[in-house]
Amino acid sequence: MQEERYQKLKDIVQTYLPDDVAVEAIQPESNFTQELNINSANLVDIVLDVEDAFDIMLENEDMDGMQTVKDALKIIDLKIAAK
Amino acid sequence: MMKTRVVVTGMGVCAPNGISLSEFAASLKNGVSGIRFHPELEKLKFGCQIAGKPQIDDVDLNEYFSKIQLKGLNASGVFYGVIAGKDAWKDAGLASTSNETPDWDSGIIFGTGILGVDKFREAIYQVDAGNVRRLGSTSVIQTMASGISAYLGGMLGCGNQVTTNSSACTTGTEAILMGYDRIKNKKAKRMLVGSCSDSGPYVWGGFDAMRILPRNYNNKPGAASRPMSASAAGFVPGSGAGAMVLESLESALERGATIYGEIIGGDVNSGGQMGGGSMTAPNGEAVQRCITNAIQDSGIDPKDIDAVNGHLTATAKDPNEISNWSQALGRFGIDFPFVNSFKALFGHCLAAAGSIECVGTLLQFRENQIFGSINCEDIHPEIISMIDASKIPQATIEFEPKIIAKASFGFGDVNACIIFKAYSQKQP
Repeated sequence: MQEERYQKLKDIVQTYLPDDVAVEAIQPESNFTQELNINSANLVDIVLDVEDAFDIMLENEDMDGMQTVKDALKIIDLKIAAK
Repeated sequence: MMKTRVVVTGMGVCAPNGISLSEFAASLKNGVSGIRFHPELEKLKFGCQIAGKPQIDDVDLNEYFSKIQLKGLNASGVFYGVIAGKDAWKDAGLASTSNETPDWDSGIIFGTGILGVDKFREAIYQVDAGNVRRLGSTSVIQTMASGISAYLGGMLGCGNQVTTNSSACTTGTEAILMGYDRIKNKKAKRMLVGSCSDSGPYVWGGFDAMRILPRNYNNKPGAASRPMSASAAGFVPGSGAGAMVLESLESALERGATIYGEIIGGDVNSGGQMGGGSMTAPNGEAVQRCITNAIQDSGIDPKDIDAVNGHLTATAKDPNEISNWSQALGRFGIDFPFVNSFKALFGHCLAAAGSIECVGTLLQFRENQIFGSINCEDIHPEIISMIDASKIPQATIEFEPKIIAKASFGFGDVNACIIFKAYSQKQP
């Protein structure tokens, strides 16, 4: 289950990687903007894609806490559990 | 002090009847129309259900955009403008800067009338449904007027002025003159100039409502756009983009660039919506003044002009335009230069009209031809009373033009005229 969610999130994040960042760079500890070099404006799009993919809704404070891939997974788990 | 000469060293186009330069040139030469019937317009009960729209379905967009840029991109003007702009840059033999330093000597003036209409529609539906949070990150950049110059600026790494101008159907021609001024004033060495115009019912609808589009040609689109014809029934709406790289002659020679032609002068003005001019009609005196000033600015004599590429949209105003040209040039009958209108082949591409048509105009130098002005077998009698019929080539003719004048006019009573010259080493 966890692995499946991680894979799904990776697929989403992958779309927003700059051309010079390899897909392999996406690790649980990766920081979206600082390590993966994702444009901060695109974090908004990642959140929307996550909402669609997991059928959940993220609040502004959820977004603020989403620094790394692991952070995002934790929030996704919480939201799914609360459904 | 030596005057800076400005030449054209690269061109790109995304037109209803051709996307690459070679395809576009072949279409102009052979009278291939890009005006088609659009079932969508029929469904929406438009009076005019035909339009000119570039066929970009066959274009590999990954060659122009990154995958992030393509995600959620729903602004047709951005597609057309980026295709034309990047092609022009490449055609000029320029690369996008790969290092971390912007190219301080290169800028962009890329105009539009309205950008990202379809994206804006998406956004309106979301906002009205209380879903503003679902807009995503690109609603602004796809719909801001300067979106097109912003996209191109980032892709090419330009560090000089990067901006967007807007003056209705004069936009494209004005953009070229603005870039020309900037180079002449030594503020830049190279300027990517041009314009784009969105396609679709939300752009064209307002013109359909004004009843200035042809309504009886839905089953014969190729014959609908009839500039200078007695049976002209209104302009066919179009869309697309045209672009060119302007460069100081010095820089062009240094790089060993191909030179398509030289801009030797031009003018932009307005008729103040007086003297017959209005929001939608031109003041004839202002049009003539614009042409006269452009000729003076170029330091040539009106008789030096071999050909004119008109604005000539295929409305009842075409005879007025011919009258303005002949009075401004002081040339009538058999003495009038050749005159053609490319709008017969792709309609009126609105904000993109000037730039697409300037690309076509310059191709006439390269091909040593004046491209045919079709759909005016029945030349308007008023036009025949002013100029000789032989001056309107119904099909492409072999002719080596030296100087071609190009003008565009737009809503708001605004005018622009450029004088292009075949390139030769000696000072004009």
